[in-house]
Amino acid sequence: MKKSISFVLNGEPVRAEIEPHLTLLHLLRDELELTGTKEGCGMGECGACTVLLDGRPVNSCILPAMEVDGKNVTTIEGLIDAQGNLHPIQKAFIEHGAIQCGFCTPGMVLSAKALLDENPKPTEEEIRNAIAGNLCRCTGYLQIVQAIKAASNQ
Amino acid sequence: MEEFINIGKRIPKTDAEEKVTGRAVYIHDLKVPGMLFGKILYSPHAHAKILNIDTSRAERLLGVKAILTGYNIPSIKFGFYKDNVPLKAGKVRSCRDEVAAVAATDPDIAEEALDLIRVDYEILPSVFDPEEAMKEGAPLVHDEHVGGKEKRPTNVLNLPWRLIAGDVDEARRQSAYVAEDRFRVTWVTHCCMGTSGCLAQFDLKNNLTIYSITQIPSLAQRDFTEALSAMGLQGKKVRVIKTMIGGGFGSKLDTYAFEYIAILLAHKTHKPVKIVFSREEEFFATSPRQPAIIDIAQGCTRDGRLTFRDVRMILDNGAYTSWGATTPSVMMMPISSLYKVPNVRYVAKCVYTNNTYSQAMRGYGNPQATFAIDSQIDILAEMAGIDPLDFRLRNANTPGEITPQNFKIITCGLRECIDAVAQKLDWRQNRGRRDGRGVGMASLIHVGGGARVYKSDGCGTIIKIDDFGTVNVFTGATDMGQGADTVIAQIVAEELGVRTEDVVVIHTDTDVCPWDVGAHASRTTFVAGNSALGAAKKVKQLLLEVAGQTLGESPENLDIRDRTVFSKRDPEKKSPLGKVLRAAHYTTGGRMVMAEYFYDPANENLDREFKGNLSVTYSYGTHGVEVEVDKETGQVKILKYVAAHDVGKAINPMLLEGQVYGGVAMGIGYALTERLISQNGKVMNPNFLDYKMLTAKDVPNVDPIVIETNDPFGPFGAKGIGEPGLVPTAPAIANAIYDALGVRIKDLPITPEKVLAALKQKTKPQ
Repeated sequence: MKKSISFVLNGEPVRAEIEPHLTLLHLLRDELELTGTKEGCGMGECGACTVLLDGRPVNSCILPAMEVDGKNVTTIEGLIDAQGNLHPIQKAFIEHGAIQCGFCTPGMVLSAKALLDENPKPTEEEIRNAIAGNLCRCTGYLQIVQAIKAASNQ
Repeated sequence: MEEFINIGKRIPKTDAEEKVTGRAVYIHDLKVPGMLFGKILYSPHAHAKILNIDTSRAERLLGVKAILTGYNIPSIKFGFYKDNVPLKAGKVRSCRDEVAAVAATDPDIAEEALDLIRVDYEILPSVFDPEEAMKEGAPLVHDEHVGGKEKRPTNVLNLPWRLIAGDVDEARRQSAYVAEDRFRVTWVTHCCMGTSGCLAQFDLKNNLTIYSITQIPSLAQRDFTEALSAMGLQGKKVRVIKTMIGGGFGSKLDTYAFEYIAILLAHKTHKPVKIVFSREEEFFATSPRQPAIIDIAQGCTRDGRLTFRDVRMILDNGAYTSWGATTPSVMMMPISSLYKVPNVRYVAKCVYTNNTYSQAMRGYGNPQATFAIDSQIDILAEMAGIDPLDFRLRNANTPGEITPQNFKIITCGLRECIDAVAQKLDWRQNRGRRDGRGVGMASLIHVGGGARVYKSDGCGTIIKIDDFGTVNVFTGATDMGQGADTVIAQIVAEELGVRTEDVVVIHTDTDVCPWDVGAHASRTTFVAGNSALGAAKKVKQLLLEVAGQTLGESPENLDIRDRTVFSKRDPEKKSPLGKVLRAAHYTTGGRMVMAEYFYDPANENLDREFKGNLSVTYSYGTHGVEVEVDKETGQVKILKYVAAHDVGKAINPMLLEGQVYGGVAMGIGYALTERLISQNGKVMNPNFLDYKMLTAKDVPNVDPIVIETNDPFGPFGAKGIGEPGLVPTAPAIANAIYDALGVRIKDLPITPEKVLAALKQKTKPQ
């Protein structure tokens, strides 16, 4: 039986009728057509599906969509401001070569955002810890770490 | 020194904005109206007769539109050896063998249908060890496969890799020191973050459009055209459209069963069919790097000059044959030409087993061979009592050299790379402490100027310019994240006197883009770059002719800078590019300003003896590492990592560093942590929890050193750099571990268990 949930998605109120077993990832990708959130493993191991739930990074592929009822969800599509400007973290990723194939990028950017929102001047170790759940095969992570450092004005 | 506007600049990847905002469309994101979802049923057995397949229950499931098995599809053969079919009939030969496929309106329904298909098997004896598989009486993976002079049934492929130069036996007798060792390397896999997939669609005339993530669009087009012929659709057209590719690394260098299955399902249902792999499928149903057993001997003179290299290799081919079976042709490159070695012998056998079949992966055999060669260089240097640094310098390749495989070395920065690494590691200070900390290095040679693997090594480019000065470049090249799109734009922009952002590179559609043999062999910057440069030069000539007419100046007196054509004699005479184009289009009897260029490098196919100048130029590099090994736990910690590469010329240092960083991370995984565990032909760790690729916490900082040798044949002097970043990583680390502890690990990955076992062995009273 379908259940009704309401939540705030990228600043806009959303209501959805969903099957109780539906994951947040599939709600976002299949029902709401927000395909910026990626499915890399479907088992919560790679972080490609990372979104922010009340500002905290979560693996949307293993999170039941029911859990976001009444909460605040931010996806990569929500990072651009109303004027179409990229978030400083996004700009830093572009400028520091932190993007190759790009499949891990949305999740990586959101993990970085969660970190910087909570800890605006992280150490390199803190940056590495914050993105340790986001796998990347192309970059070897170093330019991603540099980008996050740059986005924190360090 | 020439001043460049675009070349040598740290220009962001042209599609970075699309990717960082989540707008880029990968195969997973693609939806077309009426699309069905395809799923594949795999064999649970490594070797078994298929007795019966009952699909009746699955057919009755609501939403199921088609079910295919090996018994109701036309005969389509694919793979390098044409020994594979999309769905198997008669018997299965590995645990990833496709036995049935379903198309349904929903992925969950397709999954459910798979559960309802009943397959009866009779299990056959299987063979998983290539050495066992070579023995008389071993189970035959392909009953009909014959080989050898007697043409008897065998598991040994009819691919006799054999390179002989000089007289190895005589050189061995003359050597002052000879090292002889056996090395082993196992399966590792690409771990592309975007899993495999495709979407196949037929029009009413039975022409096929396939949305794909291939690295070889033109060759895939040929494979799929052949498949259509086998399906009775002779003369039908195939269009390959690439979506954004979520990582390649060689994993998309063949065509695969899932693609043919999607085509067959789409044809059967008259609907678009999409297949996307789960992560588990990506681990067990795509092909990993070849495992190998490597017996190697090398000798040197008393003063440490290499005298010979003698290598025998057995490669586990798995149950079918991909292009990966030709990796020995690339292994020949370091075996014959890494360091100066006058006498070389290399014999390799690829052997069928009931394991997963292997394929191309970044480095294409080179990491396996280089692990053995450059680990043993340290062993030999120690026997000769020479510092391995001096040993390498003494034997380093030099420009002008012709190697035993007849490679003509044009530019070579190997000495500079070795020196740079030694200096960064404080080699003389830090070597030989044996206190748990140690330094090690290893080098590489790789093709850097294309590689004539096929009859052609070519790539086409078309350039047109619009009324506003925007330059459209249609290239055969494939970008899978490595930055081909950007590098090509920079090269064209530099030649045409515009900015990189004025250039739009289109590389996604075989209906639009010219021909190319594919993104392999680190060839794209060199080959597609030279092709783009050739087209740009032709277009420039046309631009100057058109502008010359309006400006009343002869073309040879004109040039382009800052998007403007100007007279070199009279700078007041000038015209913006857009205006030149509009003049060309709006004049009576007007013309288009566009050009095409096909660049096929002057490299050679290997001859019958596997000799020939495979590449126009060669890339070199040396990696150095300082490690600390915990004697209690066997854990290896990387304290310092230096990666020096002779890249010819860095077209884009930022993207270049990205290739090196990514290569090193993959190389460290190969050296220390990654291993596809196969038990009785079944992959036991098909997930990221159990398959240990490096995380952001695991990667060391890497000091990238760029040596520019400005190759005369490279576009603006550049050589290929896509693969080299991981080639010498494993031997450099193995050598550092030896320097730290005095134990030599000869099989990958170097796990803590192996380190501890070796330490125990070492301290055991003799």
